[in-house]
Amino acid sequence: MVDLALAVGQTQTPEAVMFWILAPLTVAAALGMLLVKKAVHSAILMASVMINLAFFYIAQDALFLGIVQIVVYTGAVMMLFLFILMLVGVDSSDSLTETITGLRPIAITAAVGFGGLMVSLLGRATLGRGAVGLESANSNGNVKGLAKLLFSTYVWPFEVVSALLITAALGAMVLAHHQRIQTRPTQRQLSTQRFRGKSLANAAGLPGPGVFARHNAVDVPALLPDGTPAQNSINATLEARGDMLNSGVFELGKVDTSAGEEK
Amino acid sequence: MDAANYLYLAALLFTIGAVGVVVRRNAIVVFMCIELMLNAANLAFVTFSRINGDLNGQVVAFFTMVVAACEVVVGLAIIVTIYRSRRSASVDDASLLKR
Repeated sequence: MVDLALAVGQTQTPEAVMFWILAPLTVAAALGMLLVKKAVHSAILMASVMINLAFFYIAQDALFLGIVQIVVYTGAVMMLFLFILMLVGVDSSDSLTETITGLRPIAITAAVGFGGLMVSLLGRATLGRGAVGLESANSNGNVKGLAKLLFSTYVWPFEVVSALLITAALGAMVLAHHQRIQTRPTQRQLSTQRFRGKSLANAAGLPGPGVFARHNAVDVPALLPDGTPAQNSINATLEARGDMLNSGVFELGKVDTSAGEEK
Repeated sequence: MDAANYLYLAALLFTIGAVGVVVRRNAIVVFMCIELMLNAANLAFVTFSRINGDLNGQVVAFFTMVVAACEVVVGLAIIVTIYRSRRSASVDDASLLKR
């Protein structure tokens, strides 16, 4: 693949073909990121934008950056994003109602103006010469050329950036640190609570969810002998999220038990 | 093909990212849009490095990537902290100072 990418970077027509295929895809994915409702879909579209950008980097003789783009962005950063999405709740979809009146038309107008300005500026700017290309700069290999710059001219920024990375890692740890207000109950205390508490109803453990093997998923509360649903057979998280089904529809009287249904 | 086409693409991606930051309400999506803007800037750096024929632009893009990684780590930690206390990742809900 690397050989192919290098070849693409050095010849003109294949690069143009790649660009005109990938650039619309990239813009479409970026626009989709704005328009889709669910954050997970945005994350997937973002990952595709990043992979496309890696292709662009490799096509432009930035082999090292292309690989780093895939490893750091699509690997680490998107992974982190998805991880946080799982933590915050995958189905946390955005409310697409405007909270500030007229924000959206203003934003779009400003964006059209800004984008038009940038594009027209780029169109008017003249360099007086064509692109030099990186053939001479990359003559010893892209990685060697970058390393030479990084450890001579840019050695001080490099060290500062490493300090920044360590600070960021520490900062994230401090922010994510969660101090317990009470001490964690020991097993002994839990056991005492269970058997010497107000009632012995749950001494044998909480009831499991599911009804009559008709629907034994975890989102349906179990039915007690008198036909009432046992609310504590459901995980509190599911209840809070509203992902709980009504066990009433699975009551014996309402379930069609005729033999024909089995097929 | 002119290398400037990459610059047009970068400008477009940056604009889309900027609109996303303003329009979207979910803090995580806003963050992804910031990442998109950083990436667009990186693409411009790499293209300028090619146009000028030296590797300085690529080194700057490399530094941008490191800074973006730091920013994601701290930003997501802040989002998780806010979510923990407010049970919401929407940027509109954190409006305690307004009242």
